[in-house]
Amino acid sequence: MTPDVHPLTLLIASVFTNNILLSLFLGMCSFISISKDLKASNGLGMAVTLVLTITTLINWMVYHWVIVPFELDYLRYIVFIIVIAAIVQVLEMVIERVSPTLYRGLGIFLPLITVNCAIMGVSLFMQLRNYDLLQSAFFGAGSGLGWWLAIVLLAAIRQRIEKNPIPAGLKGAGITLITIGIIGMAFLGFAGMLKVQ
Amino acid sequence: MWTAPIIISAISAVLAFAIAIIDGIVNNYADVTISINEGQKTLSVKGGSPLLSSLATKGVFVPSACGGKGSCGACKVKVLSDIGPHLPTELPFMSPEEIKDNIRLSCQVKLKSDIRIRLPEELFSVRQLNCTVESLKDVTYDIKELRIRLPKNATIDFKAGQYLQLVIPPYQEIKESAQRAYSISSKPSDKNSLEFLIRLVPNGIATTYVHRELKEKQPISVIGPFGDFCLRDTDADMFCVAGGSGMAPIRSILLDMYEKKINHRTVWYFFGARSRRDLFYLNEFRELERLWPCFHFVPALSEPLPDDRWEGETGLITQVLDTYMKKNPDPSKSKEGYLCGSPGMINACVKVMIANGIPENEIYFDKFA
Ligand SMILES: Cc1cc2nc3c(=O)[nH]c(=O)nc-3n(C[C@H](O)[C@H](O)[C@H](O)COP(=O)(O)OP(=O)(O)OC[C@H]3O[C@@H](n4cnc5c(N)ncnc54)[C@H](O)[C@@H]3O)c2cc1C
Ligand code: FES
Repeated sequence: MTPDVHPLTLLIASVFTNNILLSLFLGMCSFISISKDLKASNGLGMAVTLVLTITTLINWMVYHWVIVPFELDYLRYIVFIIVIAAIVQVLEMVIERVSPTLYRGLGIFLPLITVNCAIMGVSLFMQLRNYDLLQSAFFGAGSGLGWWLAIVLLAAIRQRIEKNPIPAGLKGAGITLITIGIIGMAFLGFAGMLKVQ
Repeated sequence: MWTAPIIISAISAVLAFAIAIIDGIVNNYADVTISINEGQKTLSVKGGSPLLSSLATKGVFVPSACGGKGSCGACKVKVLSDIGPHLPTELPFMSPEEIKDNIRLSCQVKLKSDIRIRLPEELFSVRQLNCTVESLKDVTYDIKELRIRLPKNATIDFKAGQYLQLVIPPYQEIKESAQRAYSISSKPSDKNSLEFLIRLVPNGIATTYVHRELKEKQPISVIGPFGDFCLRDTDADMFCVAGGSGMAPIRSILLDMYEKKINHRTVWYFFGARSRRDLFYLNEFRELERLWPCFHFVPALSEPLPDDRWEGETGLITQVLDTYMKKNPDPSKSKEGYLCGSPGMINACVKVMIANGIPENEIYFDKFA
């Protein structure tokens, strides 16, 4: 059954209350490594948002128009990942052509979006929660915006605490994970404002 | 059951098709102009390809020993336009100064918009020549003398000591064309033919081709000339050291000097080899020594076999060089070193030469690396 949620509510919810990163901790590897640099974080956030929106949409169509009619549900993981890989490939070509600066800024993380688990996760949630096409589009876009917001927030905070005295054992990934935890808790304050599931 | 593979294939095919189409649209570059040396030469080429091959289509040949794979570092070009930072594939070949000067590997730089570059002027005389094999002889068990004939009516101008790139076509399991540098061993006045000395490198792409596949009368393409390992126009005494195929550029330089009647410089040539079977052209150089009084030829064997019945110098070429330089010290004369061969041999000889008073910047060499 398609849940009875307005697509716009879904969009807001996936940015704040159900932030894919801060509530489900998906897409952590590039989140932690890229958040060192605010500009690259911004670029990657934008790219992830774009990929998420497009892949969720296309995966919805492929799932409902191809996989379900042929009863190939067990193949959805493979199909989803193929679609994601193809979209990232296309996006890479387009970005290289349109904005060489962004292309260089993103570097290896652009192709690595393929294996960003947030992307796969959103496609799987979209299917699991039975969203319809419009809901999926907003869910994908919202999750992307949420990821973008989270990485920019973290990057900004990391920039500010960079010069702070941090216990040696906590330097780098340690303090970053703690920071993410605190941001996550702060986002918990949004919980309950919107009900989506 | 049959649906699964078909559906997966169909989805992949559709996506691949979509990628191909988008690739065609996105990577359809407009024409770009390459401006060389501030407008001295302007070329209009189709964008989207590497700078190296784009220049080659217009007859401008930048040296490239690996044929554009990004593994030799020979194709360096100074780029004046801002084309972004160096790629990871370029960095291993760049010194910090070169990075600051925006020296780039032209095989790695993809042309996207108009570009301004600087090229040494000599490169404009570089051409590709479709030659034919005139003769191919064994001079030792692992070195062949390759003699090629230029196309009818074509001539080549080069300086003694320079090298050409042999274009090796795909053969047997080698699927891609390759290019390798080989020094010219014939003299520059020979304008219709060229000679090379090519030593077989086990499993080497180019040398296996020359030694096993190439036959007389077959076509072979060369690109060049390149290089600055040439005779310096001074009055200094010359100490040349080269063994094996490293003899090639030295031979060209010496024959050229003899022909030009340069008789006021004392010229030493130390030819290092392991045993008799590694020596070649002995008679030719002995004859040259007889005809050209200022020239001294010193072949030396490091591991002569009893059967060799060798009566000449023995020992490592560095020791022989050291002995001769000590025996004939003439402080009033300045000296120059000319070395050719493997990096190990060159480095060892440079040390000996410096110890015997040749300034480091007057030792010239060509590393066959
Ligand atoms: C300026 C210049 C002039 C030259 N002149 C001559 C000449 O007159 N005569 C002559 O015989 N050769 C000359 N050479 C060397 C020649 O260009 C080739 O490098 C050589 O002949 C080997 O080519 P190949 O294709 O047969 O071997 P490749 O297929 O390139 O490789 C042969 C083998 O060597 C190994 N190898 C290759 N390069 C390296 C490396 N850098 N380090 C470690 N292993 C390596 C490979 O793994 C492989 O097993 C010259 C080189 C230069 C740069
Ligand atoms: S041609 Fe060899 S590195 Fe560019």
